[in-house]
Amino acid sequence: MTPSDETGSGAGWLALFLVLVLAVLAFAVALATAIGDYSIGLRTVTLAITNGLGLTGADIPPIEESVVWDLRLSRALVAALAGAGLAICGAILQALLRNALAEPFVLGVSAGASTGAVCVIVLGIGAGSLSLSAGAFAGAFAAFALVAILSNGATSGPNHTILAGVAASQLFNALTSYVVTTSGNAQQARDVMFWLLGSFGGVRWPDFQLLCAVVICGLAICLWMARALDAFTFGDEDAAALGVPVARIRLILFAVTAMMTATIVSMVGSIGFVGLVVPHAARHLVGPLHLRLLPACAAVGAVFMVLADIASRVIVAQQTIPIGVVTALVGVPFFAIILYRSRPQT
Amino acid sequence: MSVVASNLVWGVRRKRIVSDVSLSVAQGETLGLIGPNGSGKSSLLRLLAGLRRPQSGRVEISGQDISQIPRRALARQLAFVQQNAATDTNVSVRDVVRLGRTPHRSALSGWSAVDELAVASALERVDMTDRRAQPWQTLSGGERQRVHIARALAQSPRVMFLDEPTNHLDIHHQIEILRMVRDLDLTSIVALHDLNLAALFCDRIAVLQNGVLVACGRPAEVLTQSLLRDIFRVQAEVNNIDQTGRPHIRFKTG
Ligand SMILES: Nc1ncnc2c1ncn2[C@@H]1O[C@H](COP(=O)(O)OP(=O)(O)O)[C@@H](O)[C@H]1O
Ligand SMILES: [Mg+2]
Repeated sequence: MTPSDETGSGAGWLALFLVLVLAVLAFAVALATAIGDYSIGLRTVTLAITNGLGLTGADIPPIEESVVWDLRLSRALVAALAGAGLAICGAILQALLRNALAEPFVLGVSAGASTGAVCVIVLGIGAGSLSLSAGAFAGAFAAFALVAILSNGATSGPNHTILAGVAASQLFNALTSYVVTTSGNAQQARDVMFWLLGSFGGVRWPDFQLLCAVVICGLAICLWMARALDAFTFGDEDAAALGVPVARIRLILFAVTAMMTATIVSMVGSIGFVGLVVPHAARHLVGPLHLRLLPACAAVGAVFMVLADIASRVIVAQQTIPIGVVTALVGVPFFAIILYRSRPQT
Repeated sequence: MSVVASNLVWGVRRKRIVSDVSLSVAQGETLGLIGPNGSGKSSLLRLLAGLRRPQSGRVEISGQDISQIPRRALARQLAFVQQNAATDTNVSVRDVVRLGRTPHRSALSGWSAVDELAVASALERVDMTDRRAQPWQTLSGGERQRVHIARALAQSPRVMFLDEPTNHLDIHHQIEILRMVRDLDLTSIVALHDLNLAALFCDRIAVLQNGVLVACGRPAEVLTQSLLRDIFRVQAEVNNIDQTGRPHIRFKTG
């Protein structure tokens, strides 16, 4: 049986795989929570978490409990959700656009978010009433709306949609650069730069709750449409011949991915590479059928991002490297291996 | 199920690609669709399959206007084998044939014994059972074509449209596929280039030229020397050697 079989040992393999990855994820989250400027033992971490959940009433130092529960755990879980969300969006867009290079930012969302962010940070739009995240979210959706208009509601074919995304990205990147170079001071430019490369610093429980709701709803909608997504294998017209309401599915899924990506970007910056690499890796592990690919993407993306977050904090002592730098540094070699192994056998 | 098209018109911008085509195919009948390159065969099939909306005219399947039938319900009745369906995804032969079950499955329904049977017998029909685990990318052109046909069969349709299904096939499989289409209890329309195969396997033949239906009838009535000269611009000799009255065409050079 190949992993692409949905039945029999195929399903057993997926279940085993997911259990395995979730165990690794739990361990990675605990590790991410233990490591930091003030390092805490794994046992204390576990107890602090179970205390926080109300499962135990162990006696541990309040400072450590607070560091684990209030600061680091929320951060690790947001990282996991962001990784899961980006990987799911990547897989969906690769299927809908029938392009192996598609990733969550292909529809201009991250460029739009950066413009929104600089408008708030540098231009001070909203006069302090608007948070950076709100500005980024608005910018992301403006970019997505522009892409939707340029591609006639995504009805003009995948390549047309990709080109519309490229145009929107260029436009919003240019706007960002323009604002930064003309009116920003050096410190603001650095802030923006840092934010763009992604950071989990400063995320707290409310961020987790919001992201959790968005990612879980997004995953549920995508799973609901997983069979229809498979039908896009041979293109839009072929999907229509198989009875899939192509225009509706595509519009809903573009909107869902834009929503997820915009939420993630506005919270933690535009973290590249996860949404591109993880779907390819997951496809290697569980095959191309979306009912199994999407959960696998979520699980692998979550682990990848938590590990990347750990790496970003330990590579250079006393300093946090932007998470986007780490995902690319780790992701590129990894991707190279996949590319090498899947080269056409000629 | 019968297929009836009345006064179909379709085009892009100023250009008419299908002009006022009417035809009807009876339950169980196999209609061959022939015509030079660019005569509108593929476009007509897309209109008939409901993948394009005609500018005017309509298509009925068993008396029901297909524009009124929801996509999924239509796909349970009608399968369409396209001309050059390709993919970059790394799917197996079995994955592709399984796609044919899409219109029969709801979002969360499991894989049933009926689904399994449909896939297995479709693979058997096109002689690809022992290749079911092979990656799609590694198949030859003719094998891909056969897998597409298997996928259409797995759809368990009552009506099947095939756009040049015998391209890339070796002569054995050309004959096998056409024999299968003819013998199945299906109403089918097949676009073909090989006129002798069309004569052998089709109950009737429709001829398109520049989007206009110029002839439609039994092979012996349609495939005449003058039609071949006027439409296909070839000199040919047509013999009715077969006792069944199916014509045989010999092309002449010079
Ligand atoms: N979407 C389209 N836009 C412009 N021209 C088209 C389109 N579809 C088909 N055509 C043109 O219509 C004619 C008929 O095409 P087609 O139906 O594919 O012919 P056939 O299948 O008989 O070779 C061709 O000249 C083709 O270039
Ligand atoms: Mg054609």
